[in-house]
Amino acid sequence: MISRRGLMAAAPLAAAPALLAAQTAAPPVRGTGDLGVIIERATGSVLIVETTGRSILKRVEGLGDLSHASISFSRDERFAYVFGRDGGLTRLDILEGRIDRRIIQGGNAIGGAISDDGRLVAVSNYEPGGVRVFDATTLELVADVPALSPAAPKSKTVGIVDVPGRAFVYTLYDAGEIWKLEMPEGAAPRLTKLTGVGKLPYDANVTSDGRHYFAGLFGEDGVVHVDLWQEPLRAERVLAGYGRGQEPLPVYKMPHFEGWGATQDKLFLPAVGRDELLVIDLATLKEIGRVKTHGQPVFAVARPDGRHLWVNFAHPKNNVVEVVDSQTLAVVKTLEPGPAVLHLEFTPRGHEAWVSVRDSDAVIVYDTRTFTEKARLPARKPSGIFFTARAHMIGK
Amino acid sequence: MFLSSLTSALLAAGAASAEVDRTRLKNLLVQDCGSCHGLTFNGGLGRPLTREALENFPVETVRDIILNGLPGTPMPPWRPLLSVPEAAAIADMLKSGEIR
Repeated sequence: MISRRGLMAAAPLAAAPALLAAQTAAPPVRGTGDLGVIIERATGSVLIVETTGRSILKRVEGLGDLSHASISFSRDERFAYVFGRDGGLTRLDILEGRIDRRIIQGGNAIGGAISDDGRLVAVSNYEPGGVRVFDATTLELVADVPALSPAAPKSKTVGIVDVPGRAFVYTLYDAGEIWKLEMPEGAAPRLTKLTGVGKLPYDANVTSDGRHYFAGLFGEDGVVHVDLWQEPLRAERVLAGYGRGQEPLPVYKMPHFEGWGATQDKLFLPAVGRDELLVIDLATLKEIGRVKTHGQPVFAVARPDGRHLWVNFAHPKNNVVEVVDSQTLAVVKTLEPGPAVLHLEFTPRGHEAWVSVRDSDAVIVYDTRTFTEKARLPARKPSGIFFTARAHMIGK
Repeated sequence: MFLSSLTSALLAAGAASAEVDRTRLKNLLVQDCGSCHGLTFNGGLGRPLTREALENFPVETVRDIILNGLPGTPMPPWRPLLSVPEAAAIADMLKSGEIR
């Protein structure tokens, strides 16, 4: 796509009619607040969509291995940073529908985050492990922070989030540690390490106020909590032994904390190897209930108002979405979008839920009040759905 | 233990199918195994499963790991969902490099 400015510069001033024609042909000015990006995991492509008319604006290809991918947005909601499985970091211009810049920053990546001032993008790597921080505009390397620990020679890093103060918090899977990386402007990076937090912390997330960081453990029954408002930082175990000694079920799809259900007073977490959600009171950090679910939850996503949670499930029960009432903890609706529901995203105020159904090659848009299907968009093996409203959320 | 939670329909489907549906298995391998091992099998949370990476593992070993999982790691036993011939077919697809 050619920008209007590019055309103006190229056209001699005398060629007024040509210029006029070019201007009429230029795309209309639009905002980005109703835009989003959908990952097509098998083809290394993404769809740029708009949620007002529920349509696909463009497919962009050439983003590498997106078998696991996530996205953070620039503060101006124009650029999407796509973190791909193959270590690719792509800065996607969603207004112009093209790749602005792309680098391969590592061998194998799992996720990323953008700093509160929008200037730094951090990527957490499986290979070579550790975290790398890049300039958000140029994608030049700013800091390389290997995950070196006496507990493990090198660690995969997971659960990276941004927190206020140009900082990132992430978890070392192999070493069982949680690190906070501060990147003060004009000063050396500062690292705070919490060691021995638990066995195989596989994913983590932070509440939307940037205060409570929770990491789920795969190697044992429990969840780790860090109160980021307390100095010095301390990792404490919550929900220890939530499985009550029962053998967990085999896990055919790792649960994700990225979409945990945080309402005003509660947190809904997928229980590893169990067909239930754990409900935590955010004031006391105690378990206050459980929700029996259709299968092992992968994402439990709170509707933006917090009233409902939409939950999807691990293979082989991944054709269903359950809707849970956050007040009564009852399942109030069961939807069957189709085979392999991988992800869902609410529109910013929650009037619609967009659900990716991988093996139907479709994204289904539901009305969140009537639960009726409003639209169905064709997509190739869709997985993650990310709307630009994330640009203004802590930890996204 | 975990068998109880699976539907009998699934079990029946797994055990009764002497014939192996390679198309379905290929999709399972790329899409579901790929969730942890990468769609190109270059690894993720799980280790790489490329032909080169599996060079020193006999096809039977690969089949048995698929069926029994690796206790202490996130690799689950697929026995509740796959028959022995199906697991063997997947091991063969990986070892032969039929799938990248």
